[in-house]
Amino acid sequence: MFVFRLDTHSGVPPYLQLVQQVRQAVLLGFLQPGDRLPLIREVVEDLAINPNTVAKAYRQMEQENLVTGRPGQGTFVNEQQSAVMSASTYTSLRRGLATWLRRAYAAGLDDQAVNALFTSVHQQTRNEDVA
Amino acid sequence: MTATEFALRTDGVGKRYRRGWALRDCTLALPAGGVIALVGPNGAGKTTLLRLVVGLLAPSTGTVEVLGHDVTASTPQTLSRVGFLAQDHPLYKRFTVAEMLRFGRACNLRFDQGLAERRLAKLDIPLDRRAGTLSGGQQAQVALALALAKRPDLLVLDEPVASLDPLARHEFLQVLMGAVAEGGVTVLFSSHVVHELERVCDHLVVLNHGRVTLTGDIDTLLAEHRLLVGPRTATDLDRAGTVVEAVHSDRHTTLLVRDGAIPAAPGWQAQPVALEDLVLAYLRRPSEPSAAVTSGVAA
Repeated sequence: MFVFRLDTHSGVPPYLQLVQQVRQAVLLGFLQPGDRLPLIREVVEDLAINPNTVAKAYRQMEQENLVTGRPGQGTFVNEQQSAVMSASTYTSLRRGLATWLRRAYAAGLDDQAVNALFTSVHQQTRNEDVA
Repeated sequence: MTATEFALRTDGVGKRYRRGWALRDCTLALPAGGVIALVGPNGAGKTTLLRLVVGLLAPSTGTVEVLGHDVTASTPQTLSRVGFLAQDHPLYKRFTVAEMLRFGRACNLRFDQGLAERRLAKLDIPLDRRAGTLSGGQQAQVALALALAKRPDLLVLDEPVASLDPLARHEFLQVLMGAVAEGGVTVLFSSHVVHELERVCDHLVVLNHGRVTLTGDIDTLLAEHRLLVGPRTATDLDRAGTVVEAVHSDRHTTLLVRDGAIPAAPGWQAQPVALEDLVLAYLRRPSEPSAAVTSGVAA
């Protein structure tokens, strides 16, 4: 059964953390179509988390077509259409990032500097796309 | 429908003790079905507000409406829908747990003893032990089981986890959140600990110096606020929405803003703000900001 985690220092809202964990697990194949997610009640009692937060996360995942809730049965991971990237795209993106990271470390950046640079470029790129 | 939409509404509520106002001009509308945290430093008026909500105190000004009924006119029937857990989970220390349950059944119109017994059995708390010999965490669990056995529509808890160690705190919140998941109960609890609030509540009331300084749905509040970091400036503020807090260092400025866009000037970055930082920023603001603005007195 899938186990959720909660990072209370990340600044990411808890419901979004839950959504991101499922999204990532699906992307990486840890969750496969037909797998059942824990019941809201189970997540609540496991994490000591607000049930409305879990319900909100599950609603969002349903809206994204990531999962389907079946009344009385539970919430199940959907067959993903085009959203899942192909294995070759994944490998190539991963390789590109690894190359970039090695160059950054070779240039003397530490983890924090790498994160700061990534966040800055990430935000800038996103803002440009919005504008 | 309006009676169930809000678990709690207050309008211009104030409470004056002999030494002065403990609470002033408090207007709130808290949705039913949520978990609401009332946060603020010691002496901010949290306990006073909670006691007004459960009818242990009468307001000096304004009205308090709980589950659609004016609290000052409350009957045993309306009171039976409200559970209250006072600070430090008071129990009769010489009573056994079973005697506490009997006491609860005798004193309440609604009391689901079976529910309480099942909860305590699940936690391995023996019914024949005297309450005073249980650990702090177990005493808190017994008090919570008693409060939940009333099957309240509104459960009010005053600093429920303040005295508990981290493990007992987690277990207490597991049970509390589990009860919310079962549905039907709105939880209002006070805390001076702002760490980890996001995990358990969806609605926030910040109280400082007897006044409400911030209230709202937490996701909305977090979406409305952001941290802007950029080169030191004093001129670009007009683009930045309402500035809640500005911190300047030699070369750069950090602004906590509400409803603000990122300044167009180069070098500015926007970051989401953590709930804890948001609450602290509001607590650091000078008291009575609205009064200060209207009277033209700048701090």
